[in-house]
Amino acid sequence: MELICPAGTPSALKSAIDAGADAIYCGFNDETNARNFPGLNFSRAELRQGIELAHRRGAKILVAINTFPRAGAIEVWHRAVDDAVDAGADALILADIGLMDYTARRHPDQRIHVSVQAAAANPDAIAFYVETFGAKRVVLPRVLSVPEIAAISREIECETEVFVFGGLCVMAEGRCSLSSYATAKSPNMNGVCSPASHVAYEQTREGTSSRLGGFTINRFGANEPAGYPTLCKGRFATELGTGYIFEDPVSLDATALLGGLRDAGVTALKIEGRQRGRAYVESVVRHFRGALEALDAGREADIARLTPFTEGQTTTVGAYRKTWR
Amino acid sequence: MSYPSSPTGESLPSIPPLLARVMRPLPLLPLEIVLARFMQRICRRNPQIFDRLGVHAGKRFGIKPTDLPFAFVIEASTQRPRLSVMRELPAALDARISSSLANLLALVEGRVDGDALMFSRQLVMEGDVEAVLALRNAIDDAGLDLAKEVADLFGPLGEPVRQALDAARNSLMKPNPLSQETRPWS
Repeated sequence: MELICPAGTPSALKSAIDAGADAIYCGFNDETNARNFPGLNFSRAELRQGIELAHRRGAKILVAINTFPRAGAIEVWHRAVDDAVDAGADALILADIGLMDYTARRHPDQRIHVSVQAAAANPDAIAFYVETFGAKRVVLPRVLSVPEIAAISREIECETEVFVFGGLCVMAEGRCSLSSYATAKSPNMNGVCSPASHVAYEQTREGTSSRLGGFTINRFGANEPAGYPTLCKGRFATELGTGYIFEDPVSLDATALLGGLRDAGVTALKIEGRQRGRAYVESVVRHFRGALEALDAGREADIARLTPFTEGQTTTVGAYRKTWR
Repeated sequence: MSYPSSPTGESLPSIPPLLARVMRPLPLLPLEIVLARFMQRICRRNPQIFDRLGVHAGKRFGIKPTDLPFAFVIEASTQRPRLSVMRELPAALDARISSSLANLLALVEGRVDGDALMFSRQLVMEGDVEAVLALRNAIDDAGLDLAKEVADLFGPLGEPVRQALDAARNSLMKPNPLSQETRPWS
């Protein structure tokens, strides 16, 4: 199985290669990708240099252009596709069918991967992308169990990529409007879930309050582990009590399921976290490289090593092992 | 190699309170002159930091090492970056960042992950969160090696200085074990 690793900066890209990534995914420093955060991402020149470096080291670069173009601004996304192809990207990760159509017509030899943002979660939907645009791989949404992934893999004509570590979306991906509701900025169109410009932390006697767009979404005690300031991981008081309504602050860690994912026919394993620092990239990539080597050698990998990197200092195998449906 | 957010789940040591008390009466001006020049040199040698800071260049960041009796104010202006050392952070700042000195130094060198420090409550930020993220990403990408930056000040004699500083850093930043249990959610 390939190991697909995140990079938000050229330095992180190099760290990912050094740590054993087979491929690195990254995006331009604008709204064309779903991690449009301040100080993050690649200029055109940086992407070109990153691709040259990766190819010299035997790694691939996948460029995420995985937001949905705004009406009246489609040329921004078209230019991103053209520039990524021109820079020598090994694949484009796309979510919007209009952008896939543009890419397939304008750059018929360019490899297309269906982004998790497209939420293609069944064989019919995936077949549409494969037959219509020639997509070679689908990144499966994080709502499927391992047996469901195996069932899908048997029925489709393209490769599958699944997340094995990092942040989780509990919503139908690419369709979540929680952040848009609170901030008027869309993760799906502007590339910013819980934009930092709308986040505020306040230190109080009780601990730390996190606010998003004026809404208090959580309050952490002094020593209580914290998570990202997203509404889906907010803690709310209702008449039934106070707690996490949608999801606890927790990160995916599927280290223990690598064998099952391999047997399910998965082609590639993806690590979330283009917004994270070099230390995260290096440690997490190195961990999964070791875990894959252990899998090949018939050994067990250490499944608790990455907890310090996780939201709420807590891990889950998420929907892969559904115990809550 | 990374430390606090490393797979070992351990955190960096703090300055002992007794040592911090001894440092309290020290004059700040000499430290400010040295650190300001050092920071300006780093900024000159790493101009890409300002590209990543973008509109946030020029904002005033308050840095408070929680285990030291003084704090720093950094103004990351493209023309003339400024650094001030003071006993307490002033009110008029765009953002404040506080953590232990070891964590802050490790962050500057990209040896720890800022989000991981926030999740474990070892790092606190207030104010303009967007500016803090831009600063964090800009510095993380710069790949700074403080030991090398200091050693370079000594020209051809810098190599033994770098080795000494590397050894000191590795010793100082040796993590302290913390009990860190995995808490499976499902």
